[in-house]
Amino acid sequence: MVELTLPKNSRMVAGKTWPKPMGNDGQPATMLKEFRIYRWNPDDGKNPSVDTYFVNREDCGPMILDGINWIKSKIDSTLTFRRSCREGICGSCSMNIDGTNTLACTKGMDEVDGIIKIYPLPHLPVIKDLVPDLSRFYAQHASIEPWLQTATPAPEKEWKQSKEDREKLDGLYECILCACCSASCPSYWWNGEKYLGPAVLLQAYRWLIDSRDEETGARLDNLEDPFRLYRCHTIMNCANTCPKGLNPAKAIAEIKKMMVSRQF
Amino acid sequence: MADTKTVVERPLSPHLQIYALSWTMVMSIMHRITGSALYFGTVIIALWLVAASYSQSSFDLAQMVMGSIIGQLVLLGYTWALFHHMLGGIRHLIWDTSAGLEPDARRALAKYSLFGSIALTVIVWTATFYIRSR
Repeated sequence: MVELTLPKNSRMVAGKTWPKPMGNDGQPATMLKEFRIYRWNPDDGKNPSVDTYFVNREDCGPMILDGINWIKSKIDSTLTFRRSCREGICGSCSMNIDGTNTLACTKGMDEVDGIIKIYPLPHLPVIKDLVPDLSRFYAQHASIEPWLQTATPAPEKEWKQSKEDREKLDGLYECILCACCSASCPSYWWNGEKYLGPAVLLQAYRWLIDSRDEETGARLDNLEDPFRLYRCHTIMNCANTCPKGLNPAKAIAEIKKMMVSRQF
Repeated sequence: MADTKTVVERPLSPHLQIYALSWTMVMSIMHRITGSALYFGTVIIALWLVAASYSQSSFDLAQMVMGSIIGQLVLLGYTWALFHHMLGGIRHLIWDTSAGLEPDARRALAKYSLFGSIALTVIVWTATFYIRSR
């Protein structure tokens, strides 16, 4: 359902401003970067708030993830977020930074003019601070059965694929399922319980276009639905936001074309 | 007895409130708005035709309302909505062939539908006034 405003318990209130840090020389730090970060604690019964932090850039790495790690270790250890690989391959630190969804580890502090505003991925239930609940997203991914499905007996060695067919997977296999695109999509915001969203549809296309897969028809049948596939209205937020530079909108357009062409 | 956990009512993370606008997103919103506006525009046209078929005096009244400044402004808006929605439709038609989806192309297509609709509106209105003034 389209709901333009936030429910009562989700409206943000002013939060705490944390003191500016001291430099390594004991004097007040001079190279400061201001962070405003969404906070919500499941244990205190309060509404979400936005806290203000100052990061000493002389003492900190260049990326946004370095900044929030620095805050967690130097200012406020209760700040909660997901992170793992710190190099854009695990997809854990996806969050809304400076208005668009991206990975905190591959976004530089210098890429943001002025204050760095950070929120959890949009329109998802919040578990704590910057950690959203992605269970539905993962369940939807499971629903498209993201593995090679074949009817013919398995070959003695590997399933072979020509170079040209392998190239069709470029721009698809790189997806790390960080959910940036799905959480950027207004259609997914309003109809996420029925619409699969850009990330899952890109994954669906990755198996549809795989020359080795033999369940193409059944996969298309599963997507032939007013909501699951056709809620995509080409708003393009997915492609604009993908931190890996992929184009889910294009993958969805290709699925729509497959739907039409299989009727002839 | 073990403690029963109370169910935490999780907040919904902010969305429209915080999301940065982009050309494609705004043009998608405009496509919706102009699409809805066209319903009202069609009603206006229908009323005008009904008035024309009813009687001379009702047609004169309709002409007077549409000829007023407010009427003209509404018609100007209707013209623009029509062109914007038409160009948006063409944009979606192109995208449905999976062409024009790369970053520069999709941004350009979104911009064209805004500037194109303004240009077409200006052309149509200028031409109309020119023809009528002759």
